[in-house]
Amino acid sequence: MPDVARTDPARTEAVVAVLAGGLSHEREVSLRSGRRLAAALRDAGAAVREWDTDAALMERLRTDPPDAVVVALHGGEGENGSVQAVLELLGVPFVGTSSAACRRAWDKPTAKAELARAGLDTPDWIALPHATFRELGARAVLEAMVDRLGLPLMLKPDQGGSALGAQVVTDAADLPAAMVSCLAYADTVLAERFIRGTEVAVSVVDDGRGDDGGPRVLPPVEVVPKGGFYDYTARYTPGAATFHCPARLDDSALAALRETALAAHRLLGLRDVSRMDAVVDAEGRTQILEVNVSPGLTETSLLPIAAEAEGTKLGDLFAALVDRAIARP
Amino acid sequence: MPAPDPLRPANPGPEPARPARPARPVERFAARTAGMTASEIRALFAVASRPEVVSLAGGMPNLAALPLDSLAAEVADLVAREGQVALQYASAQGVPALREQICEVMALEGIRADPNDVVVTVGSQMALDLVTRIFCDPGDVVLAEGPSYVGALGSFAAYQAQVVHVAMDEHGLVPGLLREALRALAARGVTPTFLSTIPNFHNPAGVTLAVSRRREILDMCAEQGVGVVEDNPYGLLGFTGQTYPALRSMEPDVIYLGSFSKIFASGLRVGWALVPPAVRDRLVLAAESATLCPPTFTQLLVSRYLAAHDWRSQVKTFTEAYRERRDAMIAALEAYLPTGFTWNIPDGGFYVWVTVPEGVDTKAMLPRAVTARVAYASGTGFYADGFGSRQLRLSYCYPTPERITEGVRRLAGVLEAELDVVRTFGSGPRPQLRRGPQAPSPDTT
Repeated sequence: MPDVARTDPARTEAVVAVLAGGLSHEREVSLRSGRRLAAALRDAGAAVREWDTDAALMERLRTDPPDAVVVALHGGEGENGSVQAVLELLGVPFVGTSSAACRRAWDKPTAKAELARAGLDTPDWIALPHATFRELGARAVLEAMVDRLGLPLMLKPDQGGSALGAQVVTDAADLPAAMVSCLAYADTVLAERFIRGTEVAVSVVDDGRGDDGGPRVLPPVEVVPKGGFYDYTARYTPGAATFHCPARLDDSALAALRETALAAHRLLGLRDVSRMDAVVDAEGRTQILEVNVSPGLTETSLLPIAAEAEGTKLGDLFAALVDRAIARP
Repeated sequence: MPAPDPLRPANPGPEPARPARPARPVERFAARTAGMTASEIRALFAVASRPEVVSLAGGMPNLAALPLDSLAAEVADLVAREGQVALQYASAQGVPALREQICEVMALEGIRADPNDVVVTVGSQMALDLVTRIFCDPGDVVLAEGPSYVGALGSFAAYQAQVVHVAMDEHGLVPGLLREALRALAARGVTPTFLSTIPNFHNPAGVTLAVSRRREILDMCAEQGVGVVEDNPYGLLGFTGQTYPALRSMEPDVIYLGSFSKIFASGLRVGWALVPPAVRDRLVLAAESATLCPPTFTQLLVSRYLAAHDWRSQVKTFTEAYRERRDAMIAALEAYLPTGFTWNIPDGGFYVWVTVPEGVDTKAMLPRAVTARVAYASGTGFYADGFGSRQLRLSYCYPTPERITEGVRRLAGVLEAELDVVRTFGSGPRPQLRRGPQAPSPDTT
């Protein structure tokens, strides 16, 4: 391993492989994240390889071993712990959450159950596979769902991100169609009570600058989508959403957000970097929508906005994470 | 009192103390770009570029049969002998020698043209763009087949023209429905600017406009003062070698668009418009403002290719390959697709247009297909008004016959699974109809 001792805390001399692309529905987003991260890391001094996760990856890791890998994959094997398990198998240091914790966080109903068990607020939900609707009769199950969660309600695939397949259903008559759309992304639908409030994203980073050397929270970003719903188009079209960083909330709400994001990060066993998406409801409570192990790093993504708001360059942040991953025992 | 908007934050928080900042200049887009946003569907196609996925979605010509060695020599010779010309600006209208050769190409479909009326463009897509630019003001109505070429719809949208679709059957655009649409529009005081049509081996519908309908459609448009834009990139790609008389060969005021993308090489981006003299000067000025001139280098290369190579035999080689692929696709559709699906059998071109059972939404189904490692183009992309959710376009032009068979096999599995879900919930997604003038359409689910 080369000497990666830094001359400047914001720089790294490591050889870093950024993994981006993959075969998930979020390939396009991942490629954008990867390109931006690679450029940022180069600015921070790293020698960067940009690799897709394909049949050539194992050979590349063997013949051109990087000092560390950054997993900029979104969805599928990049977030469900598969790629992380392979890196652990090969003993390659990587930035991000361990495979075991990825598996837990990746499955939204599992993660929500853990958060709720620990006393953190997350919107009431029910997760059901297609087979259950088919076997018990869709109408009766949907009626029970609406009785419990009310309208509007949120439908999303139980796995995956970028709001792909996610829909707000305001009219029960639209539910069957929304279910069909959602089930095209995954076999299980997560139906969630819709929470009115301020939509926020809170990123957690473990770059050595937190209290006692632990993870720290970047300024919460408030998201105001111009079309009302922070869907795929609003996420990746510049100008389709307005961001306020820090979020326009009072100090106690901001403090609660920070605490909740840190608590969720720790509870789910996340490492290096994560992003909590939440709504601050009318009572000022933080309702966790989901926690991401591989936050988007595109030009319109929320973690880079938060880093920039506190004056941290994306490359410097990830350079620190890379060096910490390399130094990890 | 209006109902509260459920999507609006209940407590957006205090407004910032500082005065609101104006929108970032880089986010102050023109209204005509409102539709140019990130889309879930386009994002899914990123996966289709991976080799694990059989893409039946794109319309890439198959260039495998091109004589690359002799083309390489031609390119080298072009630079060596004519480099000072080939690498320089040239006429905005296009290289004169090529314009003459283009007239010879068009003669194969019965067109007698003057090279002075030919304007060379960067692919026929640019010709579509320029024609729309010089004829359409925002809000103008354009008639187009339903379904229509997605690139044409993109041009119409970019110039804020409204599209009224006119349905086709197995013999192409239906004259009776065109008459009905013209009548309905006339009743509202609307005269469409032009009819945009792909008469031969239609993209995406795969059908060819019956010769017997051509005169009738031209007359109808002439009577109503509606122009005709004939987009003909596939006319020479008939599997039996048969060509059809171009609309332009019957009516000199037709604006005809042609392309070398399918009969030679799409990457060269050389197409053309043949226009009446009254249109030519304005079109050339529009072209000049867009690109100054089409690339001299590729024009000269096309010109040399036409002059020195047996390009007609090359087209025959291309069409033989496409026919083999068409046969593979039709055989696979017959072997694998469950009952309730219909499709046409094209006699040329690149595409098969499939209609799926009621309740299935091909746009909503696409993620399932991508998961199963197969991609197709949802029918909704070929309509400006939200129709097409029960159709999908399959392209057989690029993959090998073996890959086509495998792709259709995967697609059949996807369709079975989707039908299962649709049966569970009683109905598929409802089409989200866009606003704008409506016309009869074959798909009203």
